[in-house]
Amino acid sequence: MSNTLFEKVWASHEIMELHGRSLLYIDKYFLDDGSAVLSYEQMEAGGLEVRNPEQALSLSDHYVPSRPTAMIFADTDARRMSESAAKFAAKRRMPHFGFGHPYQGISHVVGIEQGFSLPGLTLVCGDSHTATHGAVGALAFGIGSTEITQVMAAQALWQMKPKTMRINVDGQLGMGVEAKDVILAIIGTIGTKGASGYAVEYAGSTVDALGIAQRATICNMSIEAGAKIGMVAPDDVTLQHLVGLPFAPVGESWDQAVLHWRTLRSDSDAKFDREVHIDATAIEPVVTWGTSPEDVLPISGCVPDPASEGDPDRKRQMLRSLEYMGLVPGVPLCDLAIDRVFIGSCTNSRIEDLRAAAAVVRGRQAVVPSWVVPGSQLIRSQAEREGLDQIFIQAGFEWRLPGCSLCCGNNGDYVAPGERCASTSNRNFIGRQGPDARTHLLSPSMAAAAAVTGRLTDVRRLPRLV
Amino acid sequence: MNAPFNRHTGLAAPLPHQNVDTDQIIPCRFLTGSRSDGFEQFLFHDLRHDSAGRPKAGFVLDEPHFRAATILVSGDNFGCGSSREQAVWSLLDAGYRAIVAPSFGEIFYNNAATNGLLAIQLETDQVSRLLQSLADGPRDIAIDLPQQTLSAEALGCVRFPIDAFFKDCLVSGMTALELTLTHLETIDAFERAHKAELSWAFARPYTKPMLDPALTRQRP
Repeated sequence: MSNTLFEKVWASHEIMELHGRSLLYIDKYFLDDGSAVLSYEQMEAGGLEVRNPEQALSLSDHYVPSRPTAMIFADTDARRMSESAAKFAAKRRMPHFGFGHPYQGISHVVGIEQGFSLPGLTLVCGDSHTATHGAVGALAFGIGSTEITQVMAAQALWQMKPKTMRINVDGQLGMGVEAKDVILAIIGTIGTKGASGYAVEYAGSTVDALGIAQRATICNMSIEAGAKIGMVAPDDVTLQHLVGLPFAPVGESWDQAVLHWRTLRSDSDAKFDREVHIDATAIEPVVTWGTSPEDVLPISGCVPDPASEGDPDRKRQMLRSLEYMGLVPGVPLCDLAIDRVFIGSCTNSRIEDLRAAAAVVRGRQAVVPSWVVPGSQLIRSQAEREGLDQIFIQAGFEWRLPGCSLCCGNNGDYVAPGERCASTSNRNFIGRQGPDARTHLLSPSMAAAAAVTGRLTDVRRLPRLV
Repeated sequence: MNAPFNRHTGLAAPLPHQNVDTDQIIPCRFLTGSRSDGFEQFLFHDLRHDSAGRPKAGFVLDEPHFRAATILVSGDNFGCGSSREQAVWSLLDAGYRAIVAPSFGEIFYNNAATNGLLAIQLETDQVSRLLQSLADGPRDIAIDLPQQTLSAEALGCVRFPIDAFFKDCLVSGMTALELTLTHLETIDAFERAHKAELSWAFARPYTKPMLDPALTRQRP
């Protein structure tokens, strides 16, 4: 019997089945200062105990302030959210990486960076971008607050077994094309519900050649294609990443783990319910123009014209998007002036992302307000050791404190109404970065190029600096 | 326990957009409240208000004849995006009992099941006909969950699919958490065997911040 990577991990965690749903054992979970806070209420109200506190990692990411010169919370609500997480964790003796902790950061960055997220484990968080941890071969997905309560109390969840999809990306990426362009191109191809009901495995020579950070960027946005789960089979790259990390197994446990991890790949004759093929050599740097992540076009393109859309529903959606975004059909995307730039979020805030952005910024000046928000304190320190912070600061960027920040604005960081933001985050939804804020999603180097030109820009066309 | 859901007849209102994401249902900045405070005042906040917080004219659900609606009919991929359960709570707190759409965001769908909000999936053309019939005013829709039927003037009586687990939870009012707690012994037994088999995954509980190799190591 041949199986896919996903099926192997799922099967090894299935406790029982009822009415077509599986009761799935959850190995590890994150508690954050967002959705989990509502679970703390439910735990206290229901008199429930945390079953396995040692299988949890608590941290603050959504509500922590990002401005280093102030370091104060946006308001009492934000402070209360962050402090409830700290209090809950302290009472149950869970590790908690709170505001100011040297390991604090975004859960989907920290989990991978600390070796908390491991291949072949089930992992959940009250956040839809939890598929990020699939970058190391974990079966990871986002859940609601009540489901977090259930995991804390029972370490298990009722889930419908998804169908399987493999997205094969093959070929070498062109200069200036990043993992972000790959996942946006995938979403543009299959649509925002293209992978609904599926667990996605990303495979192919392009994915094999990527590091963990780039794989994380790809798995991260699985939910923007509709899939709760996205994963990459663990390989040598994964093992080299994991060895020696704080939560990773050591000694004999490491050896046992590696033996197990080596079995975690789809069998050569495994059948997927759907296979998608993407030619990496055809991917250009892309940006979004609308209010859904599927509204993707190469930077060389123009704002699309709803008049040439045949499907009436889609046409209505396009008109609504263009009105919200303040765009006129036919205008070249690279003529669009922007008001600010955000480099950060669980999609693109890792050291590799900051290096890519810094390489573009070096020797240039930002002409619009631009922020860099590293994904974790460790990344911030690493960047400072490499001098990346100085490159950004000298170019006029703000070098901020780790957290979710301007991706969703829970902490009070907003894009002003009507402003156009070039953002490395994951959602260009209406109001996502603030009421009436207009978001264009793009890669870190494209965001850096936008910062230094003040408009959406093809990073490949920036003149080379000597 | 949730209130059991068997049959419900109520006024339906249209929200004829595709991809109504959870940020549109309830924006990020309204997520700090306690469950007992209620979330209804934040439902579709930024569709209902301008950026200065003033009510916007012309938002369909604010039209007087749709105010008493208990069933919302919307486009494809309703509830996509973030996992915030407040999206379901804000709909429930505003009086909605069921959402009808061609498809739903998966996390939203699970959260709806958890809280007794019925998410009904119909064919795209059936939803289009319902939306058309609601364009100039509310219409009654009758839902019979045990029979899995929805009756509306525009459609007649149609059957809808629903997964048996979701249906059972809704009809009995039993929550997934309560159901899980009845299986604790099975979970205990599984957990013992699982931890023996994957011992490497549980061998190193985190105790205190330790000197981190990532701090001193140069990553390629």
